[in-house]
Amino acid sequence: MHPVIDTRGLSKTYQMGRVEVPALRDATFTVERGEFVAIMGASGSGKSTLMNLLGCLDTPTAGEYHLDGINTAGLSRNAYADIRNRKIGFVFQGFNLLARTSALENVELPLLYDRSGREFDPPKAAQSALELVGLGDRLTHESNQLSGGEQQRVAIARALVNEPALVLADEPTGNLDSRTSVEIMFMLQGLNAQGITILLVTHEQDISLFTKRIVRLHDGRIIKDEPVHHRTTREEAMAQLDARGQSLGEGRDGS
Amino acid sequence: MKWSSLPKVAVRSLLKNKMRSLLTSLGIIIGVGAVIIMVAIGEGSQVAIAETINSLGTNMIMIRPSFSRMGGVSRGAGSHNRLTMDDAETLKSEATLCRWVSPVVSSGDQVIGGAGNWNTSIMGVDVDYLSIRAWELTSGEFFTERDVRARAKVAVLGKTVADELFPGQDPVGERLRIRNTPFMVIGLLTEKGEDAMGRDEDDVVMAPSTTVFYRLSGGGRIHMIVASAVSPDSLEAAQEQIIGLMRTAHKLAPAEDDDFAVNTQTEIVERASETAQVMTVLLGSIAAVSLLVGGIGIMNIMLVSVTERTREIGIRMSVGGRGSDILLQFLAEAILLSLVGGIIGILLAFGIAYALEHIWHIRTVIDPAMTVLAFSFSGVVGVFFGLYPARKAAALNPIDALRHE
Ligand SMILES: Nc1ncnc2c1ncn2[C@@H]1O[C@H](COP(=O)(O)OP(=O)(O)OP(=O)(O)O)[C@@H](O)[C@H]1O
Ligand SMILES: [Mg+2]
Repeated sequence: MHPVIDTRGLSKTYQMGRVEVPALRDATFTVERGEFVAIMGASGSGKSTLMNLLGCLDTPTAGEYHLDGINTAGLSRNAYADIRNRKIGFVFQGFNLLARTSALENVELPLLYDRSGREFDPPKAAQSALELVGLGDRLTHESNQLSGGEQQRVAIARALVNEPALVLADEPTGNLDSRTSVEIMFMLQGLNAQGITILLVTHEQDISLFTKRIVRLHDGRIIKDEPVHHRTTREEAMAQLDARGQSLGEGRDGS
Repeated sequence: MKWSSLPKVAVRSLLKNKMRSLLTSLGIIIGVGAVIIMVAIGEGSQVAIAETINSLGTNMIMIRPSFSRMGGVSRGAGSHNRLTMDDAETLKSEATLCRWVSPVVSSGDQVIGGAGNWNTSIMGVDVDYLSIRAWELTSGEFFTERDVRARAKVAVLGKTVADELFPGQDPVGERLRIRNTPFMVIGLLTEKGEDAMGRDEDDVVMAPSTTVFYRLSGGGRIHMIVASAVSPDSLEAAQEQIIGLMRTAHKLAPAEDDDFAVNTQTEIVERASETAQVMTVLLGSIAAVSLLVGGIGIMNIMLVSVTERTREIGIRMSVGGRGSDILLQFLAEAILLSLVGGIIGILLAFGIAYALEHIWHIRTVIDPAMTVLAFSFSGVVGVFFGLYPARKAAALNPIDALRHE
């Protein structure tokens, strides 16, 4: 069985007029089925660049990328689109839902572009994906009628609906408060437990500890790749938040 | 994307912005509406002209003086009008292919009588004139051969004149004066309305040709001779015969041009409807330009929309939408806008046509072929002007599109 992600010397250099900006250099790593990986690193270290390459939104300037056994080198624009549709589910920091569109229609969107010939009943598949993320009672809500956490859950349902080999999330909790972030991470843990391979980018140590493996980037290079020994559970995270909240509350009382 | 889901996606997208969609279609609505209504008015006037000229009477032939020149040199004052009462008499006795012949002597004059006075046109004609024009009388009677021979001072009034001079009463039996000559009103013509040129055909006083010729216009030339061929088939032959008789009567050498002009009613119908046709084409093309402008409006809004919806395009691409899917969606939206605009435009044109007919009494004829053409053209406009924005949307790079604020 081939790994979900298999990169060799993956590099991306942006051309800014005459200046070359090496955003990712020589990234070689593999991710097996069922893994849950956090990509960490300072701002500008190349995390988003890597995610865009892994998500077939962009093409590398050097190196190879095999996604679920498919060599992505030299594929056409259309082939890239089809891979995004069939193999990848994206979750963005800014949710990126269609405005003035119901949760159900948002989640149906990937199925609209399905060319695999797989049998789907879009409304039904979208509904069960929304139920999976706990939004079974919000089907007809439009994006602007949902809270940030709910919007991100709709986005996750959209990422899952076409049963992708890989879910990519670029700072999925970046726009959410700590409590909602914990809920989202707990949900991703649950999905991962069901066998879904997840790769996420985060700035926060707390968030990365929900995963099973952390890959660190610095100046476009992978500098560390290690497993998480003690994974945070939802209860621990909530207890931590409560403690912090109390101390903040006491501080306010004292002033 | 499946073809079957394309219309749904486009409709949903347009419904999300109803006001803008409507405003975008407005150009097409006006364009299609204008094309149909302009052509309807043009064709309506064509029909109206044909009907009015048909009502002139059947198989009518008109002989008018012709002010022709010989070799570019005017033949002098004497050659201006050589139509005489004798010509009318000649045709009456010798034009075997004509059933009826009547001279027309006209003069514009003031008529005094009853309630006051009225400026109108006085027509001196023979008894046959009524048959040639297929006119009828509402009351009284027309003058007779004897009246013509006797230069009788009798008059038959058109409805307008009767209403002006003798409002609310039957003018038959009343008296009136034309240039100090007293006339007795013996008949009232049935109302005819306006002719093809918009002249009031009821604004007329008719009297025996001899009376007008000798008592009012002071003799000399007559203005026209009208005749009626025995049948529609003999119209051309009758025309030829008249030309021959007239040339003999006027003693024209073979090299000389006719000093008269013979026209048939069909010629007039043809010429009038040609004019109306030119009008129709002209009005139609002006309206077609507005349809084109409507298309440019669609392109404009679609271009703005592509920029505005860059993020949406990025989202669609990120979940697997191909460039061609995006292209088709935007194209479908443009075509849909045009077609819906076309339908609304057609309904608008029907509404306006109805109003024109029933409120302003302007004749309109909506041409089904024109309607189909305008509708299809609006579809073509949608494709043509939607293509550029759609291609622009399809060519976007997914990452750039997603990052777009
Ligand atoms: N389209 C681009 N053109 C030129 N340079 C780019 C482009 N995108 C990214 N870069 C550069 O590449 C480097 C890596 O960018 P990237 O977005 O991957 O960082 P990041 O790790 O995601 O940062 P952050 O945590 O702030 O999101 C940065 O120096 C950035 O300026
Ligand atoms: Mg980033």
